Amino acid sequence: MLVVPAVVLLALVFVGPLLWFFIRSLAELGGPAEIASHAWAVVTSRAVLTALSTTNWISLLVTVLVLVISYPVAYYLATNQGWRFSAVLFCIVVPYFTSIIVRTYSWMVLLGRNGLVNQMLLKSGLIDEPLALLYTKTGVLIGMVYVLLPYMVLTLFAAMKTIDPSLMRAARGLGASGFHAFTRVYLPLSMHGVVSGSLIVYILAIGFFITPGLMGGPTDVMIAMLIERSVEITFDWGGAAVMSLLLLGATLVLYSIYYRLTDVRRMMGA
Amino acid sequence: MNAARSTRALSVYIVIACLLLMMPIVIVLVLAFGDQTYMRFPPQSLSLRWFVTFFGDPRWQRALGSSVLIATVACVIATVVGFFAAYAFVRSDMRGKKLLLSFMLLPIIIPHVIAAIAMYFMAGPLKLVGNVFWIGLCHATIALPIVLLILLSSLQGVDVNLERAALSLGSSRIGVFTRVVLPLAFPGILSAALFAFLASFDELVISLFLAGVRSETLPVRIWNSLHLQIEPVIAAVSAFLIAVTGVVLLLDAVVRHVRSSRLAGTAAER
Repeated sequence: MLVVPAVVLLALVFVGPLLWFFIRSLAELGGPAEIASHAWAVVTSRAVLTALSTTNWISLLVTVLVLVISYPVAYYLATNQGWRFSAVLFCIVVPYFTSIIVRTYSWMVLLGRNGLVNQMLLKSGLIDEPLALLYTKTGVLIGMVYVLLPYMVLTLFAAMKTIDPSLMRAARGLGASGFHAFTRVYLPLSMHGVVSGSLIVYILAIGFFITPGLMGGPTDVMIAMLIERSVEITFDWGGAAVMSLLLLGATLVLYSIYYRLTDVRRMMGA
Repeated sequence: MNAARSTRALSVYIVIACLLLMMPIVIVLVLAFGDQTYMRFPPQSLSLRWFVTFFGDPRWQRALGSSVLIATVACVIATVVGFFAAYAFVRSDMRGKKLLLSFMLLPIIIPHVIAAIAMYFMAGPLKLVGNVFWIGLCHATIALPIVLLILLSSLQGVDVNLERAALSLGSSRIGVFTRVVLPLAFPGILSAALFAFLASFDELVISLFLAGVRSETLPVRIWNSLHLQIEPVIAAVSAFLIAVTGVVLLLDAVVRHVRSSRLAGTAAER
């Protein structure tokens, strides 16, 4: 009985508006045949197809980058205690709980034409002209990797914490090289963390809107930005509903896989 | 074997990773105390002028007021509703518990743009755009999953036998709840409330659609400024948001410390 207030809150303020929005904005397009043909036109339009492919590629790339960067950090957290552990955790948690808009703003300052990154590269003589980082795909990637990194580190860490360290010692004692002990023992045991971390990062990445909106160039339009524009600029609620259904569908399918694979109570490394 | 070398390589990597993770946060803090009128790093001299601008400008004050009011509404609703739900999850063996929980976690999985547009669509005809209580209610759905995840893990530490003992000694159900459960769960509730407040305080996408001109929050004003012309005062506002995050993390650490020493205390008494 005690869950009722929470269910009511979500039904009235979250699920209700979603259903209402989909039903009403699709119904305004006409009957089932008109809705279908309009939806088909939206989905096959050049802008949407391009945005879908951009969204997918950026999200995949971000997921792989985040995974590769996070793995050693999570490994370090899982195998160290004391002040080292606390210090590294601090460096993960502080950005994690800092507003996304603040983190994005900081990278805009860093990556700008006269930003710190370009200043340092120019001074070191590596480049002669400032690099175009902000308002490019590179900028979007850097910003998104930074924002999503903590999710991956915390998910991986939660998985690695359960790995018995004596297994690695046993493998080494039986003559495996450090490399072999890692690839044959540690990596397979941490695999479910890798899978659930990658899923959660990809799911969050495809819905991203703030960072690509501020740091991307005119060609780096992700699907979430297209949805926002069709509401704010062209008032095309029907188109927004079709695109939202597409994005929502993808999200829910991936979330159901995540649900099967992991304990949802451990989501976000709680 | 090169075990020592790979350990050293990992340490170097961790140091670099931590520096990169903290750099954007530090940059914002330094910029906020600078004297420059355009975004240049490092600043030529230090001053508090941007904080004076931030706290002195009535428009920024109004944004701060809206942010605090909305976050308070969201925090109270999410914490109360979430506490009851988390308690029900921990104490009962109802069927479909995992499924219901994963449903309640949807607001962090579903792209915020979609939720925001649906909430905006609903708010239009009901004349709720710019209504701080509606925005607070919408933020509560986003904060609810965070409250649930925190309370699920902390309520696990509350011994059900204490409740049984109180019941068998003649206490009423409500008495058990207010005299036993609430005091024991209090540190966890406090943590959950802190992070619920922060989640709303930092939220951008929903506020962006629902705030109108009346109730612009701090993140919305930062977003607008980043889109048009980056004002230098943004650095001070961002530093303020980071400070709020810092205070929340600090208070949470204190709460955790008190909780763990109290748990140690009860264990010793046995």
